[in-house]
Amino acid sequence: MAFNAVKEKYRSKVGEVVLGATKEQGGTRAYTITVGGEAALPFLHFEGDIPNRPVVALEIWDVEPTDWNDCFKPFYADVWNDPAAWAKKCVEEFGADLIVLRFKGADPDIKDASPEDCAKVVKDVLAAVGCPLVVIGCGKPEKDNLVLPLVAETAAGENLLLGVAEQDNYKSLTAACMVHKHNIIAQSPIDINICKQLNILITDMNLPANRIVIDPTIAALGYGVEYGYSIMERARNGALQGDNMLGMPMIGNVGFEVWRTKEANASAADFPAWGEQETRGILWEATTAMALLQAGIDVVVMRHPKAATLIKQNIEELMVKTSFDE
Amino acid sequence: MGLTGLDIFKQLPKTNTGDCGFPTCLAFAMAMAAGKASLDKCPHVTEEAKETLGAAAAPPIKLVKVGTGDTVVELGDETELFRHDKRFYHPTAIAVAIKDTEDVAAKVANFNELEFDRVGLHYVTDMVALTNASGDAAKFKAAAEAVVAGTKKPFILISEDVAALEAAASAVADSKPLLYAATNDNYEAMTALAQKYSCPLAVKGNGLADLSELVEKITKLGYKDLVLDSGNRETSQVLADLTQIRRSAIRKRFRPFGYPTMAFTTKEDAMEEIVQAGVYLSKYAGIVVLKADKKENLLPLESWRQNLFTDPQKPIQVEPKAVAIGDVTPDSPVYITTNFSLTYYIVEGEVEGSKVPSYIVPVNTDGISVLTAWAAGKLTGESIAKALQINDMESKVNHKTLVLPGYVAVLSGSTEEATGWNIKVGPREASGITKFAKENFAK
Repeated sequence: MAFNAVKEKYRSKVGEVVLGATKEQGGTRAYTITVGGEAALPFLHFEGDIPNRPVVALEIWDVEPTDWNDCFKPFYADVWNDPAAWAKKCVEEFGADLIVLRFKGADPDIKDASPEDCAKVVKDVLAAVGCPLVVIGCGKPEKDNLVLPLVAETAAGENLLLGVAEQDNYKSLTAACMVHKHNIIAQSPIDINICKQLNILITDMNLPANRIVIDPTIAALGYGVEYGYSIMERARNGALQGDNMLGMPMIGNVGFEVWRTKEANASAADFPAWGEQETRGILWEATTAMALLQAGIDVVVMRHPKAATLIKQNIEELMVKTSFDE
Repeated sequence: MGLTGLDIFKQLPKTNTGDCGFPTCLAFAMAMAAGKASLDKCPHVTEEAKETLGAAAAPPIKLVKVGTGDTVVELGDETELFRHDKRFYHPTAIAVAIKDTEDVAAKVANFNELEFDRVGLHYVTDMVALTNASGDAAKFKAAAEAVVAGTKKPFILISEDVAALEAAASAVADSKPLLYAATNDNYEAMTALAQKYSCPLAVKGNGLADLSELVEKITKLGYKDLVLDSGNRETSQVLADLTQIRRSAIRKRFRPFGYPTMAFTTKEDAMEEIVQAGVYLSKYAGIVVLKADKKENLLPLESWRQNLFTDPQKPIQVEPKAVAIGDVTPDSPVYITTNFSLTYYIVEGEVEGSKVPSYIVPVNTDGISVLTAWAAGKLTGESIAKALQINDMESKVNHKTLVLPGYVAVLSGSTEEATGWNIKVGPREASGITKFAKENFAK
């Protein structure tokens, strides 16, 4: 009984989405990044082409974060009151493939930064770094619907990734992405049917499927990461089996979720049985990202530079081609 | 291999007693063909049929046990490729490597400390992997004895030198260690050794084609308590190998790969090791052997293991009993939530973080979250009233105000009516509790 590798026959593959635009393409980015395109389950090179490796983003805010763990200070304290400098450090020193700019400061309960202020921050960050940019609102739809269209207009031609669109609030962002030629993050609440439905709604407005990145919502390790993991596995299987409305690359806010947990933040003095805090926190983040990579995530949004480095290395090793053909 | 449900059905008694847990013999036969039931569930089947159905009746991946007693580790007996199709059953065993050139007793004492309590669950680091780094048989034997003296947990004896492995195994065989490993060069002697002491045997191949041939040679010698190692060590290749072994066993019923697997990390840096181990744990390894032995390293990995092996159909629940957080007094606030473990522990973490001593009353919603429970009619004024009553909250506090999750503010009226308590609507997300508590309850 000789061993013969079991290779799945897939009907389709994940669509590709291009982020950023160079000067020739109407933007100012030094390079573009293509995500998606997998014709196999994560890193199973022996059964299909995986043309683009998953990418690692670092998350920055438009305001100085006051509630981040002290372990971030040595990395970010000198730059986090200046988003442009912060972005530059993430790319140049910490090797981020791209930057996620989160407009926490636009939150009416935090700083209530105006849409004009936000647009200026986007300009500054674009001027400071050459990588493609992801911009995420504060999470309050009323405000984001004012901020994001102006950001889209200001950065027209840069081919940003803008988010988030949700089932009950997708029209204004979709329209802004249509008019100013950006990509959109379609976020669904850990529900594969809503995920699919939202993609249908957005494409019905004529934004092409190759401009959508799915955020199926993920939770941190220990707080339900397995739900996001299974949704991603199901979506990826669906995409490969030919369901085009699940066939988009996927993004997850790993750092944001992880650094809200007790396990990432609690000091060893308070929880001696859990070991040293910073290593534990970094591994809480890296383990969450590692798991989602095995489920099919394409854009991993990290926060701690060391966790980002660990994950970049893991991706590089997993991208080594394998084959069972003699 | 490859029997259809009807082939199997012909061999069954066709009496539809239901003793196997399926309503009819046909249903049972179909489940067996799909690898989701085994013949031993049928108490009425004839010996003749048992033999005929041999291959089809065996589970696609054999259950292999390492160790004895309460700490025995069960490996294999999995039926799925994806947890969302049903569930994974036997969590990957995590083995910490110790060399026989080290202070084994001290290392084992440290290993014993690698257990964790979090969210009401207890996580265990399962095994020691003792390597014969010295190359000396007497030293290996003494180290094996030190492991047995230091821990009740199972262990792996790692040496490809048959004489060294025999020296150690002969001294500690009662503990049923996993013997690592049979290779092309030593498999006859290793198999004889495993047979002699009835210990499970690891088989180390040189790639998958070689591994499958080696396994067949060993099973022909009559031994089947096996654990498979493809012999590869590069992350990407090991992922591919583990995936192929699992797929071949489940999809093709390829018998040589119908055993649990094991994988070894190669990284020297503990954090890199945890990430590498995580890949193998995610994709089908029965055992992962690593060197990292600090709590901050193993807690994240074991938390992921707990998450991955949870039954997706069955939410984890906490007891629906009121919990006092901090030094509560009769003035302390009372928070209502549900007994879905995830919901409860997120709320608990935030209430703890608010530093305002409080009671949390988890309402029994059969382990579903706040909004889902509300939609399903399980979080209602009545169920909240019942929870207050069962927990005798009226005698625990001297006020009658409870905090309702913001998402179910709509329940305020009916809850007030059913309980006679006043309602304060809390934040929608647990993350708002600290701010809420400061504004409402801080002295």
